[in-house]
Amino acid sequence: MLPLAPAIGLMLVFLAGPILYCIYAAFTNMALTGTGAANVQFVGLDNFRKAFGSSAFTNSIWLTLVFTLLSAIIGQNTLGLGLALLMRRSSKLIRNFVGTAVIGAWVLPEVVAAYLLSAFFNDEGTLNVILHKVGLPGQDWLYAAPIIAVSLANIWRGTAFSMLVYSAALSEVPKEIEESAEMDGAAGYKRLVFVTLPMISRAIFTNLMLITLQTLSVFGLIYAMTRGGPGTKSQTLPLYMYEQAFSFSQIGYGTAIALVMLLIGAVFSLIYLRGLNQEAA
Amino acid sequence: MIARDRVSKLTANLILAAIGVLFVLPLLWVLFASVNRTAGLRVELPTSPTFENFRAVLNTDTTYRPVLNGIVLCGGAALLTMVCAVLAAYPLSRFKTKFNRPFLLTVLFCTGLPITAVMVPVYGLFVQLNLVDTLGGTIMFMATASLPFAIWLTKTFMDGVPISLEEAAWVDGAGNMQALYRIVLPLMWPGIAVVLIFTFIGMWGNFFVPFMLLLSPERLPASVSIFTFFGQYGEPNYGQLAAYSLIYTFPVLVLYLLLSRKLGGAFTMGGAIKG
Repeated sequence: MLPLAPAIGLMLVFLAGPILYCIYAAFTNMALTGTGAANVQFVGLDNFRKAFGSSAFTNSIWLTLVFTLLSAIIGQNTLGLGLALLMRRSSKLIRNFVGTAVIGAWVLPEVVAAYLLSAFFNDEGTLNVILHKVGLPGQDWLYAAPIIAVSLANIWRGTAFSMLVYSAALSEVPKEIEESAEMDGAAGYKRLVFVTLPMISRAIFTNLMLITLQTLSVFGLIYAMTRGGPGTKSQTLPLYMYEQAFSFSQIGYGTAIALVMLLIGAVFSLIYLRGLNQEAA
Repeated sequence: MIARDRVSKLTANLILAAIGVLFVLPLLWVLFASVNRTAGLRVELPTSPTFENFRAVLNTDTTYRPVLNGIVLCGGAALLTMVCAVLAAYPLSRFKTKFNRPFLLTVLFCTGLPITAVMVPVYGLFVQLNLVDTLGGTIMFMATASLPFAIWLTKTFMDGVPISLEEAAWVDGAGNMQALYRIVLPLMWPGIAVVLIFTFIGMWGNFFVPFMLLLSPERLPASVSIFTFFGQYGEPNYGQLAAYSLIYTFPVLVLYLLLSRKLGGAFTMGGAIKG
């Protein structure tokens, strides 16, 4: 068991340590400046009471839900599945072109992707040029609909992952089964819903869990695009936590929010583990 | 039947091409803007392409040092991750003990935890341990953050190496570490390369961790120093920003191509994750 020591050591100090520290600090008034800096005191559930009573916190919870639902569960997942399905019957040239473009967006570093899409959604950006060409009014999307813009950005950046997972899963569905379903008269969407999708249900489940967990903790993309603004219109939970802990120096309150995020992540992670276990059994 | 097939193939191609164009447009912007001295925010073909923007950003402060910092930071952390992951994966893959299953479940559980949420307490911990603004501390944290996934993947790859060869080596008197080093690792180098490259790519793009843990401008990696383009001088120079973005993206692009050409990387990954 000795070879496990370095990994366990690192994980104890830099992963378990912070989590325990988080559980401790979340119940204190710890701060970077002021009273909480000099003399840290236990304040019980005050931080949580403050959070759930604050409109900024509930706002960020809502935005996180909208962001996750729009960009991960609806956007990346559906688009990724759609791409994987369409690619099976497209010509090789188109398949390579689309695959390269989608994966290209995925390989880009987070902040670079954020800048490309800021330019795209800007008042003078490419999206508005296209909209004007077809006679639709344009606007500064980052200002008018920031949460939609960052959600679309996350779809652009993250779809490749779902596409790859679904391509791999679909390549393992035996052709004969789909063909015989077609013989029996199951056409188009029926074949998809009753034959193909059930056969890759495990991949769908895994993918949904993983992209949800990734999307819950997106920070750099939103921070570089809007800084959570204008106002707090795109301030998801990670950005709110960052603002409270560092701009306002309230470490105790910030860690309380971190603990809420960790709990949400832990719940999803457990559901994911259970699902894997049941499939295996 | 055949006519319908052809129609459905045509529709599939058309829809795919349209989606592909939407994905390509933002990418085209960075390519065109980087060689356009008067680049704006929209995709436009530069009238007189120039390498002026690249020349302007290729200096120590803007490019060389941040990229070098990034290589030290991400390279060091990826290597540390890999060494720990290989060492940890070996007993997990080779010896069946009661300890394996709970440990692997914990590892899998950790891969799901949002690292973003841990950053505030990590910062607190770093203040107490006096590790804020040190490359060593940041490397160790980055390595730890990617360790759970790396252990999981490495173990999956290691399971694919048949144990019979090691048994022969054991009979000949080789120790475990010797068997790992001389037999298992050479047989699974494609797997090692996949884990190493993916870990590195993930770290190279990571913004939040170095943004929180490093402070001095001379230690910042490329992912954070890109913010200096939006300094106090108002409107950034988009052409230079685009040129810098390309330079910063180049290493991961090369690594990714290497991965997908030589190792069938993306699909291996898809398969391993679907797992």
